[in-house]
Amino acid sequence: MSGAVPPLELVGGRLAYGPRTLWEGLDLRIEPGEFVTVLGPNGSGKTSLLRAVLGLTPLTGGRLTIQGAPPRRGSRHVGYIPQQRLVDPSAPVRARDLVRLGLDGDRWGIGGRGPRGRVDALLAAVGASAYADVPLGMLSGGEQQRVRIAQALGTEPALLLCDEPLLSLDLRHQHEVTALIDQMRRTRGTAVVFVTHEINPVLPYTDRVLYLAPAGHAVGAPDDVLTSERLTALYGTPVEVLRASGRIVIVGGDDAHAHHVEEAAE
Amino acid sequence: MSALHTAVADDWWTRVFDFSDYGSLLALVHNSLIAGAVLGLVGGLVGVFVMQRDLAFAVHGISELSFAGAAAALLLSMDVMLGAVLGSVVAAVLIGLLGTRARDRNSIIGVIMPFGLGLGVLFLALYPGRAANKFGLLTGQIVAVDETRLTQFLVIAALLLAALVAMWRPLTFASIDPDVAAARGVPTRALGIGFMLVLGLAVALAVQVVGALLVLSLLITPAAAATRVSASPVVVPVLSVAFAVTSAVGGILLALGGSVPISPYVTTISFVIYLVCRLVGNLRTRRGWARRAAVGEHEGALVP
Repeated sequence: MSGAVPPLELVGGRLAYGPRTLWEGLDLRIEPGEFVTVLGPNGSGKTSLLRAVLGLTPLTGGRLTIQGAPPRRGSRHVGYIPQQRLVDPSAPVRARDLVRLGLDGDRWGIGGRGPRGRVDALLAAVGASAYADVPLGMLSGGEQQRVRIAQALGTEPALLLCDEPLLSLDLRHQHEVTALIDQMRRTRGTAVVFVTHEINPVLPYTDRVLYLAPAGHAVGAPDDVLTSERLTALYGTPVEVLRASGRIVIVGGDDAHAHHVEEAAE
Repeated sequence: MSALHTAVADDWWTRVFDFSDYGSLLALVHNSLIAGAVLGLVGGLVGVFVMQRDLAFAVHGISELSFAGAAAALLLSMDVMLGAVLGSVVAAVLIGLLGTRARDRNSIIGVIMPFGLGLGVLFLALYPGRAANKFGLLTGQIVAVDETRLTQFLVIAALLLAALVAMWRPLTFASIDPDVAAARGVPTRALGIGFMLVLGLAVALAVQVVGALLVLSLLITPAAAATRVSASPVVVPVLSVAFAVTSAVGGILLALGGSVPISPYVTTISFVIYLVCRLVGNLRTRRGWARRAAVGEHEGALVP
């Protein structure tokens, strides 16, 4: 397994905006099919990490490779699932159109009939065939995210980036969407980088955690990283990790930094 | 008393609809009909993206500055088309550069629009020529299209169509799904500016036919009507073009029979089409537009 080209490899990664360093000395090698959950307070550079992988923001230092090559805008090796957004019910786009845009929406011209068979297969793979022709705005949040997963898998990426895809979903849909992403990475060997505020929905699937915090970062199995000692060290202020019936609650840390540091990526 | 009433009503009626001499009038507006049809084609397609990008207010703002440009050209005895194009391109680029977020954009348009309209009114007030020319810029005119003007019109329209065809797919992606489009390497910002240029030129064309105040009836209403009845990426543009051509050409044909400006006819036709489409769309939603095929282990939340 370690002989294969890693979908993502970061060696001594450093990202800074002017005098403010988000993270440095970041080493991370993700294997095919691995599920890595990225946690951390707002402004810790989670979104910036995704932007670096997408080739939208260059690293300040270190080396990043995607499938053995430097990150490139629009690389077909990387799939991207954004937050669920409200779509206007009258927006002229159906589930199948969104999936198709993921396949060839980056090319010039009108595009003719397009790869209909591929779109149908992708929708079937995520269980969205039943509403393939329904306008996107008429789908529930969970259904929309299913369609987005199909869209992101269109280029058969080696790496799937999930940018808070559970935000604004209810618990049942959170569970469905994470289970589907897990199923896709198991059947297709797609590595997953899952950025989230909320660890619990993805905890059962997470192989490793990358925790980005104000005073440093940590990479490792959830049980090793998500401890009171490690997080207290990472935040530089007292943090307590509580475990109850398979769930994790992190007290402190997050709140202190959530407000005065903004996501620098925008 | 009642005789007077009848006379007034008759007069009113013949001013709006009077189809005597229709054949000879038709020959006079031959060029305008071509311009109207081409405008419908361009406006219908541009409108689809105006809806997707939520730019209705921007269209209105651009048309007011286009009006100011045309009025300035009239005052300076320059080509009115050139003035309209300059005015709307300046407005479109300003809005495109300054207002990348919807909220910023709306306030910028709100600032630019009255300024443009004020300038236009000033230029028209200073212009010593015929009042009909002045009024025409605001409310449209049908006999204004001579051969030279038609050629200019067609060249600009052809350019716009070529640009739209070239950027159709990535522009759709960037409009509907900007985050993922950017992640897939689509140059969303450049496409946004590019579309504002297309929009500016399309508005400048529309101002020539329907006038600055009613550009929306050809750049928004047809596309808005089409999206009420379909979400297909093929059907929506086709319907939108059909509606816009019907409104523009139909409006000119009807305006010929009256002595009032062209715009009320155009706006009425496009508004009626919109109403019909809303009704059809509501029926379709009620009959279960969002209904799924009854298979699959996953059942989604049913939408009202």
